[in-house]
Amino acid sequence: MARQVDVSLAREFGLSADEYQRVLDIMGRLPTLTELGVFSVMWSEHCSYKSSRVWLKQLPTKASWVIHGPGENAGVVDIGDGLAAVFKMESHNHPSFIEPYQGAATGVGGILRDVFTMGARPVANLNALRFGDPADPRTKRVVDGVVRGVGGYGNCVGVPTVGGEVNFHPSYNGNPLVNAMTVGIAPTDRIFLSAAAGVGNPVVYVGSKTGRDGIHGATMASAEFDKNSEEKRPTVQVGDPFAEKLLIDACLELMQTDAIIAIQDMGAAGLTSSSVEMAGKGGLGIDIDLDAVPQREADMSAYEMMLSESQERMLMVVRPDRQDVARAIFAKWELDFAVIGRLTDTGRIVVRHQGRMEADIALAPLVDQAPMYHRPFTEPSLPAPLGEVADPAGLSEALFTLIACPDLCSRAWVWNQYDATVGGQTVKRPGTADAAVVRIEGHRRALALTTDCTPRYCFADPAGGAAQAVAEAWRNITATGAQPLALTDNLNFGNPEKPEIMGQFVAAIRGISAACTALDFPVVSGNVSLYNETEGQGILPTPTIGGLGVLQDAAQAVGLALVPDLELVLVGDGAGWLGQSLWLREVTGREEGTPPPVDLAVERRNGDFVRGQILAGGVCACHDVSDGGLLVAVTEMALAGDTGVTLSPTLGGASPHAFWFGEDQARYVLAVRQATPLLAAARAAGVPAEYIGSTGGGDLTLPDGATISLRLLQSAHARFLPAWMEGAA
Amino acid sequence: MRAGIVVFPGINRERDMAIALERSSGHRPRMIWHRETDLSGLDLVVVPGGFSYGDYLRCGAMAAQSPVMRAIAAHAERGGHVLGVCNGFQILVEAGLLPGALLRNAGLRFLSMDCHLRVERADTDFTRRYRQGQSFRAAMAHGDGNYFADDATLDRLEGEGLVAFRYATAEGAVTPEANPNGSARNIAGIYAPNLRVLGLMPHPEDLVDKLMGGDDGKPLFDGLAAALAA
Repeated sequence: MARQVDVSLAREFGLSADEYQRVLDIMGRLPTLTELGVFSVMWSEHCSYKSSRVWLKQLPTKASWVIHGPGENAGVVDIGDGLAAVFKMESHNHPSFIEPYQGAATGVGGILRDVFTMGARPVANLNALRFGDPADPRTKRVVDGVVRGVGGYGNCVGVPTVGGEVNFHPSYNGNPLVNAMTVGIAPTDRIFLSAAAGVGNPVVYVGSKTGRDGIHGATMASAEFDKNSEEKRPTVQVGDPFAEKLLIDACLELMQTDAIIAIQDMGAAGLTSSSVEMAGKGGLGIDIDLDAVPQREADMSAYEMMLSESQERMLMVVRPDRQDVARAIFAKWELDFAVIGRLTDTGRIVVRHQGRMEADIALAPLVDQAPMYHRPFTEPSLPAPLGEVADPAGLSEALFTLIACPDLCSRAWVWNQYDATVGGQTVKRPGTADAAVVRIEGHRRALALTTDCTPRYCFADPAGGAAQAVAEAWRNITATGAQPLALTDNLNFGNPEKPEIMGQFVAAIRGISAACTALDFPVVSGNVSLYNETEGQGILPTPTIGGLGVLQDAAQAVGLALVPDLELVLVGDGAGWLGQSLWLREVTGREEGTPPPVDLAVERRNGDFVRGQILAGGVCACHDVSDGGLLVAVTEMALAGDTGVTLSPTLGGASPHAFWFGEDQARYVLAVRQATPLLAAARAAGVPAEYIGSTGGGDLTLPDGATISLRLLQSAHARFLPAWMEGAA
Repeated sequence: MRAGIVVFPGINRERDMAIALERSSGHRPRMIWHRETDLSGLDLVVVPGGFSYGDYLRCGAMAAQSPVMRAIAAHAERGGHVLGVCNGFQILVEAGLLPGALLRNAGLRFLSMDCHLRVERADTDFTRRYRQGQSFRAAMAHGDGNYFADDATLDRLEGEGLVAFRYATAEGAVTPEANPNGSARNIAGIYAPNLRVLGLMPHPEDLVDKLMGGDDGKPLFDGLAAALAA
């Protein structure tokens, strides 16, 4: 039964009345159902970035080592040795609340495709997950499904999942965040792009058959949730990682030949977005014959086929004289291969089905006249600075509270479900270093990878917090000895039609830009996810940063585990900043104050010094200081190495809790055989550094002489996730 | 040593295995696409880890029906060596080259972590570079590694010295705590009666390089390379 095309249908499809009027003006007539569907997904927030595009242009995207910045399927960075790292992070937030397993799984599937569509073999996955309050009855189901889904997809595809982060906060109760990142490697002279070329060339569909799953997924991702959100289940895509593995193998094999002119994965808005983008970028037109599309359900309509988000499909423009070569490769891997269209010079997308013309749209206005909004925003106001805070608990009790809390406890329950060793190149597995380190097969060099964000900082001070996220990613890479090169971002925010939310976004862009510029750490790809709100309640602003760096020699990588007979040196200093700290939240129950300031010049100076020391040899372990402050950092190093620490009795000053739990930035703990030469080098470099203790034994000895056994700390650290998720004792 | 690694659609640890074999033997193993059936000239056939056919139906069930499996069985009957790791072990069991079954992990979750394996006998071509009773570290990555067989089969395996490795502590104690997936009698790997076919769930090939966390698995491949040196 055909629906009447009118403004109320357009609104159901996610278009505003003004946007619908613009469609009418462009078409010059009433659009067909399929044409309305095409406009609605292409102009959705998720696909068009209409609320954010005007601001994203501010981000620094260039450096001499950047081969492709934002605009392609993923960012491409020259890492030396004739190799390029191809990487991006994508969000799959809304689907992961509705159907956690498939939402997370297809998030991983989608980002993998964005990377291998450029000719890069995926070599590492990471993911940044934000969940609601563990006490909220919905959270456990989401955590279980998301972790199973990430593992279920990534493990089957055979790409190691090597890092990421997990946070809990009530603001994510109805809006979990699943930000999935993939990194791949390609030769610099063999990167595949998506701009179509060659009038008359065949347009080929490969991969899984098309079904009815995920229709209007892009629109679902562009709207808030309400009480009826559960009904949106059919809009969540269903993934098949086995099909994806075959697709990766087939595409990479085909990419060894010269058959491919252009290639794009079918992600959000499936066949619609891929065909529009490929033809649009090439300045051409495209004719599509839907009768040729491999279908897994009977009687699919043109509308359904154009909007389906069935997974594991790619669209390619192939050299006409290489069609047979391509067809044979896909037959070997037992995947569908169908010529579904041709490139034309009309500049229009024309879709035919069963003898009917279902869509005929000029590409230029579809793309160029996509809405771009300068939404009103209010500049965020900073909270009142935190005054003096008395210590209600003492160091020992506070330390136990912190390392046992959901945001700091051991994440082993999570990463033990992710295959981290497949491929045989994982130098530093989850939990062993500040960034994951993965060697490039056949080479000495290695990648250092991390995801970072401190959302509570971003809520209090969006500009400062966003800069901190970039600085922390840069620090985590540096702490392994690697040189940070570039980053990808997922900007997760609430409803941009609210001026205060838009203000958070604008300020965050400003903060990210400043940090990228100061640290020579450009943005090469990314994603924006807006409308992360349920019934008006939005998430903390969460600009997740996915950082990539390079070690010339994988053997130089440094982890964070301690061994006996070392001396610990704190590089960097601070005033004992407790504003927006985890200590303040977990020990006193307050989420107040301004976050620790980020001095980008000091970050650079301290980090470059630390990296130099690591590469010169002699640094046995290194860990940056972040959530929980210095005492938590030292404890994490001790637990990782099952080696005790005796802290220097002279430390702490007038406010020991501020010294030990303050989250002052630009700081690292280094474990070396002899502190003296390191302290001298720091002095010479103008970098603050101080001796803080020595390693050995089975206890953590505090400055006042009190000892805490590592056994007790270990069991407190390990308890929360297994106990909550499995009901284990 | 002339080694071949069988690749079914969905296998994903063939590169890890090739790296380990090349490190120990100095020769690059041959990749054998599952549709090939000519295994002549090979000393060792390896069925590596992964999710062949997506683990559809049962892990390894579909691969076990493949024509190349008949060639592997014939190779084994001729006295050739066969190594099945993880999905490879599951495939050998489904194909009847080894007894028993691999069930879902007792904890019902995928497990990616290290374990320790006790060497039950050090006199086979796979273990000649270990000592009897030695405990060595191996990587694990599986959701269905829970080895099961009925008591009669288990008694026979033990009676005939066909248990290759058991999950153990670092000190070599075979305890319930050291058993990550509920495998019967902590069995991690078993031999066929001629001791030339070995199936095991953990991945020795992922610990052959100190840079990647350790080289406890290397002696397995060193031993094979020495035994099968041309």
